[in-house]
Amino acid sequence: MLVSKDLDMFRYFVRRVLQGVLTFFGATFIVYALMFANQDDPLQALAGERPLPENVRQALTERYHLDDPFILQYGHYMRGLLTGDFGISLTNRPISEMMQQAWPVTIRLAVFAIIISALVAVTAGIVSGIRRGGIFDTTTLIITLVLLSLPIVVLAPLAQLLFGVQLHWFPATAGAEPGFYQLILPAVVLSCLVIATQIRVTRASVAENLRSDYVRTARAKGLANRRVIGVHVLRNSLIPVVTLIGVDLGNLMAGAIVTEGVFNIPGVGFNLFRGIRTEDGPLVVGFVSILVIVFLVVNLVVDLLYAVLDPRIRYE
Amino acid sequence: MSNVESVAQAEVPGAAGVPVSPDGGPEKPRSLTGDAWDDLRRNWIFWAAAVLVVLVVVMAAFPSLFTSADPDACALSRQHQGPSGSAIFGYNFQGCDVYARTIYGARNSVLIGLFATIIAGVIGLIVGMAAGYFGGWIDAVLARGIDIVLGIPTLLAAIVLARRLSADPQDTGFWAVVFTLGVLTWTTGARIMRSSVISAKNQDYVAAARMLGAGPGRLMFRHILPNAAAPFVVVLTILLGVNISTEATLTFLGVGLKGNAISWGIDISTAAPYVRETATPLVWPSIFLAMTVLAFIMLGDAIRDAFDPRLR
Repeated sequence: MLVSKDLDMFRYFVRRVLQGVLTFFGATFIVYALMFANQDDPLQALAGERPLPENVRQALTERYHLDDPFILQYGHYMRGLLTGDFGISLTNRPISEMMQQAWPVTIRLAVFAIIISALVAVTAGIVSGIRRGGIFDTTTLIITLVLLSLPIVVLAPLAQLLFGVQLHWFPATAGAEPGFYQLILPAVVLSCLVIATQIRVTRASVAENLRSDYVRTARAKGLANRRVIGVHVLRNSLIPVVTLIGVDLGNLMAGAIVTEGVFNIPGVGFNLFRGIRTEDGPLVVGFVSILVIVFLVVNLVVDLLYAVLDPRIRYE
Repeated sequence: MSNVESVAQAEVPGAAGVPVSPDGGPEKPRSLTGDAWDDLRRNWIFWAAAVLVVLVVVMAAFPSLFTSADPDACALSRQHQGPSGSAIFGYNFQGCDVYARTIYGARNSVLIGLFATIIAGVIGLIVGMAAGYFGGWIDAVLARGIDIVLGIPTLLAAIVLARRLSADPQDTGFWAVVFTLGVLTWTTGARIMRSSVISAKNQDYVAAARMLGAGPGRLMFRHILPNAAAPFVVVLTILLGVNISTEATLTFLGVGLKGNAISWGIDISTAAPYVRETATPLVWPSIFLAMTVLAFIMLGDAIRDAFDPRLR
């Protein structure tokens, strides 16, 4: 029995990894095709509305192998991605070097945001799930609806205006070396993007688990309510929340571009934001490619982790 | 940015609409739709959302009903003037009437959201239906295709695609944004449609219709589709709100609408650097944008709850 279960799990792992590889090639191919395929003048498109000097044009043609057939170009691009060569921005800085400086800032911001959202969401989700239909539950549901609908372009500038410019609770912009205090407001803004879904999923799974047989058994044998909820229900309710990390990451990335842009935090999103505004095509392409790869890898890891965490998962 | 996946996180009802019979009451058996409508009527969230949606649509169709000012009439001499009787939200950096621009901004948001959602709906309908109905290798290929598109973060791909489509500086970028959002956001609808069709096609009434000699086309559109439609429409309603939000984000970043276009995204992005001087040009477009997105998402949410009593 145990052996066949392990074998099932192994099969699931192999299939999920293969699927991940397929998605990886498909997604990078689409992104690459979107950028270069079927254009009259891809280089002019990279540079946007700016005129392109002839020497830059030649250098770019060589760099992107534009004289080769399309499929070979994609091959060169993939080789670059896999060997860590992400190209050079129009301002002539290697993109991998910009990445190295930007990642620590963004990771600090994202981890901060995830901690805030996890603390709030798990607490609110459990209370809502236990008292379904109560005042707290109804209020929470309405708040999550509002949070789900608030576009980040509304949230970030308004938070900056209210708490930074008018109330002076937090610095309005973070600056070159943002510390803990400077990151509080941006992190709260960012966490608003993922908190609503986390609350809803926690609430739904707590409510479902409360009705389950093992909770009735635990109650029947006389366990204290605190222990039933704090140990039995909580542990099983958090499993679905873990899978959200994958979806959340996409939201966090999108949110980070605007949030870091608005608050001047020199992270990955800020670089991308500036790259779009200054029409630095190679920079946008490089950064987007890396973010897509990170997104795919994290989603793969989360899926595999989920299988380990929840032994009840079916490996069909 | 919000995202359809997360909004539609809660399970969407299986479409196999078995009529719910009242327990022994004298009233006649009601259909699932009738039941859902009964629930909706008593839900204030639904009514609030519906009123907001109607308001925004009227604003988009007839902006001159709400303001007689010209949104394009700007004078630098009025730069950052505060609210007054003639311009209740004041003037922005370029001396344009903020109220007029905010009212006229509704049109682009609503139209882009609508067209993009229609494109996404059509692609999602075709892909989801083909995958669910035919099964086998068609399903395998299409499902992998859905996985791949779903594996790309929407905003990142949209940045690349919208940049690429609206290279012409004369263009307002309207159709570029519509197309970008349409081809990147159809996956949720396709997945819902696929699972609805799979559960509907094994129902007895479909087997009966097939035995009576109905062909695939008639089976799909006459028998399966009506019963798979409800969750699909819910997803599309939510998607409409999400698309409006994504459009504003793209425009804010500088790859969406541009040039002379009147749009909430443009107004927010041009007002943001001057918040220290005057706040109204930033605040009002933001509030209108947020309310519009909220209206569509609330509407979808309320309808979904009505169709899926399990969530209550």
